[in-house]
Amino acid sequence: MTSSAAKLAEIPKTTKIANGFAIDARDLTRRFGAFVAVDHITFDVRAGEVFGFLGANGAGKTTAIKMLVGLLAPTEGVAHVAGFDIRTEREQIRRNIGYMSQRFSLYGDLTVRENIRLYGGIYGLTPGQIAQRTTAMLDTLGLSSNADDLVARLPLGWKQKLAFSVALVHEPKIVFLDEPTGGVDPITRRQFWELIYTAAARGTTVFVTTHYMDEAEYCDRISIMVEGRIAALGTPTELKEKYGAESVDDVFVRLARGATKGEEA
Amino acid sequence: MNRNALRAFVVKELRHILRDRQTLTILLMMPLVQVILFGYALRSDVHDIRMVVVDPMPDHATLELQSRFLSSNRFRIVTTSKTPDIIEPLFRRGKADIALVFDPGFASHLRGTEPARVLIAVDASDPNTGTTYLNYTRAVISSYQAELSAANGQVRIVTETRMRFNPTLESVNLFVPGLIALVLVLVSALMTAISLSREKERGTLEVLLVSPLRPQQIIVGKVIPYLGLAFANVLTALLAAWAVFHVPFRGSVLLLLAESVLYTLVSLALGVLIAARTSSQRAAMLGAMLGTMLPSALLSGMIFPIASMPSWLLPFTYIVPARWFIVIARGIMLKGVGLTILWRETLVLSFMALILLAAAMRSFKPRME
Repeated sequence: MTSSAAKLAEIPKTTKIANGFAIDARDLTRRFGAFVAVDHITFDVRAGEVFGFLGANGAGKTTAIKMLVGLLAPTEGVAHVAGFDIRTEREQIRRNIGYMSQRFSLYGDLTVRENIRLYGGIYGLTPGQIAQRTTAMLDTLGLSSNADDLVARLPLGWKQKLAFSVALVHEPKIVFLDEPTGGVDPITRRQFWELIYTAAARGTTVFVTTHYMDEAEYCDRISIMVEGRIAALGTPTELKEKYGAESVDDVFVRLARGATKGEEA
Repeated sequence: MNRNALRAFVVKELRHILRDRQTLTILLMMPLVQVILFGYALRSDVHDIRMVVVDPMPDHATLELQSRFLSSNRFRIVTTSKTPDIIEPLFRRGKADIALVFDPGFASHLRGTEPARVLIAVDASDPNTGTTYLNYTRAVISSYQAELSAANGQVRIVTETRMRFNPTLESVNLFVPGLIALVLVLVSALMTAISLSREKERGTLEVLLVSPLRPQQIIVGKVIPYLGLAFANVLTALLAAWAVFHVPFRGSVLLLLAESVLYTLVSLALGVLIAARTSSQRAAMLGAMLGTMLPSALLSGMIFPIASMPSWLLPFTYIVPARWFIVIARGIMLKGVGLTILWRETLVLSFMALILLAAAMRSFKPRME
């Protein structure tokens, strides 16, 4: 704890993505009445990395992500996303990020093509860009023959992959994924991570929350949240070494055991 | 760029509406079904015209004329009196449709130089049937006059008519404006509340709020398609009323449509506000029923006349948009009046629309809990 805090203190208080940080948060806090959902978290996400935001249910992951994407106002602290202040520059942030919420974010009564067109339109793409990206996306996903099917009729795994691709339709600098693989089978999860890597390889920063610890191993760096605080932060290898653990799962169990608040919230 | 975003969003909304065929069919058929159901249920029968006779000095001519009314099988004399003051209460209670008031000395005038006078007063709260009653009455009188003239040489019966408008009486004509108000509030408030709370429930609203689409654009995008649907509903209701029941339309159709848009905006804003304050589709639906449908039916004067409500209830009727819209719609449709008469009600609705739309937009600030 002290060593990671010291390490973070060395990091300059940047405001621009040019400095290499896609996200930086300093003492970001959110209270709901007396309950502190997110308690002074401080971390940075480097541009182009896959950053895993881990924690048990109720640890404060979703609250944190909501503050970063502008759905919730922070009670305290500062944060920048793509170089913009989350309090005052939400407009600019929105144009530069993609967001896939915990719940399925596409419209079941629209076809695959119509969903892509909708989000393309909302993000201000031209009809030409939309047409071109639709074709590319359908090719990558192998959905070309299903372009005119209602999304409701697609299997869950395909829906998730499609939702991810749609969140990237405007080629955002950063994409926020809130438990994107919930309820999906292992094979689809694997395919989903391939999509994440492809996006990261193209330079998109990926901020992903999950409670599947095996997925944490796929991330460049991870943070583990316990009771609203960041209990550990580093590469999966660093953390395993530090805690003398076999896997990230072990690290997580060790950290969570120290927790006292239990199942709150 | 913003315009394109809004267009993409409106297209999506239209698709939602058009793709849900069952709901759409119900929504489109509703004004038709309601007009027909209410219309037949409330229709007054032209074969049973209830007549009051005021005959201060009964003579052979007045009695003869009365018996002709009876034998025409269309008229029923409910009461005969010597003084005209019984007419008003009977009309008010809906116990009579028409009153025949003879001048004293009717028979002697028939032979004299002065014309014989008879006054016909019609309850024209339903102007269409009122006119029909009047025409039947005139037909009976003029056939009697023609027969007398043929037998005795020229006689003159002068009829004078009074159309009485009694707003407390229900009729198809009075109901159509109320129905339009009800259908509009149903389509606008209920459907927007459901559609918006559905997005909330499914989590799609969150994604929209994270997008560059502004909350105002989301509201506008939701509202536009339903405005179109509401427009279609008004036209259907008017057409059904005109084609099936020959409900007259005296005023400007354009003005009525414009006022309908205003009223629809108020209802849509209410729908948005309800959706903002509820967390599930079911709650939003019940909220819309209780918050908009019931007051629109019960406190608007559509079914129960406002004049006969207890005084403590009156202030509540002022906040029911339908109350104002019904006055406007009845004014335009039945009396043919325009903005010079209805400006006050229009102003009230405009004011409501402004306040509620502003409140609706505020309610969808992205900073949700």
